Amino acid sequence: MKVKSTTENLAVIRAFVEEKASQSGIDKSVIEKIVLAVDEASTNIIKHAYNYDASTEFVVRVLISKEEFKVLLTDHGKSFDPNQITDPDMPTYLKQRRVGGLGLHLMRHLMDKVEYQKLAGDGNQLILTKKIA
Amino acid sequence: MAEFSTKHRENGEVNILELNGYLDAHTAQHLEHAISDLITKNKYKVVVNFENLKYISSAGLGVFMAFIETMRTNAGDIKLAAMQPSVYNIFDLLGFPLLYEIFPTETEAVEKFNR
Repeated sequence: MKVKSTTENLAVIRAFVEEKASQSGIDKSVIEKIVLAVDEASTNIIKHAYNYDASTEFVVRVLISKEEFKVLLTDHGKSFDPNQITDPDMPTYLKQRRVGGLGLHLMRHLMDKVEYQKLAGDGNQLILTKKIA
Repeated sequence: MAEFSTKHRENGEVNILELNGYLDAHTAQHLEHAISDLITKNKYKVVVNFENLKYISSAGLGVFMAFIETMRTNAGDIKLAAMQPSVYNIFDLLGFPLLYEIFPTETEAVEKFNR
C-alpha cells in the first residue's frame, strides 16, 4: 500500500498489516508485535525521513512465506541506517527522563530481524522480519 | 483514523485521567494537552486509568516521560493503573516499571496517594 506521510495514517497502516497477518493465521500476540513494530517504523519515516511533510508518500508491502512474515517500508526521504544506532541503556534512559528515540529499540525487541537497504537513487528500505514457523 | 479520547474526573485531591482507544504518534498530542491542562490548574497528583486503552506505541510512552518530573517536583506523581496485558507488556519491555508505579486497579493507585 502507498500512504501519505501523515501520523493520521498510522491507524490505516496498522489495520493493513493486522489484516494480512490475520489472514496468514498468525497468533494474536505475534500480530500485536508486528503491528507495533510497523507503527514505530512508519512513525520514524513520517517524523525523521520526511519531517512531517504531508505531501510525501511511502510504501508498505508485506511478503509472506511459510517461515516468515516480512514487512518492507520504502521511502525517498532522509536516509536512516539503523545499524549506526545502538540500543539505549534503559535504566540510564529512565533516570535521565529522556523522551523519544525508543522506536528502533522496540522494533529490535519485537521482530527477529531489522534490516536497512539503500536503494538505487534516493530510496530507503527497511525490512522487518518475524519468524512464524 | 485512530480513535482516542480522555476523560478527567477527581477523587479527592487525586485527578483521574481515563484513556480510551489507541495511543500513537497521532493521538499522543491529545494526551499531552490533557496533562498540560492539569498542570495549568496546579493539579499534580494524577492516576492514569488504562482500562479502555487498547494500544500504545512509544510516542504514547514519551508523553508520560515528558511530564513525570514536573509532577514529582510539585509533590505529585503520575501513577498508572488497570492496564490491559498487551499494553503492560510494552511498558515492561522498556523497563518503565523502574520509574513508574503501576497498579492493577485505579482504587489501589488512588489509595497510594492518600496513604
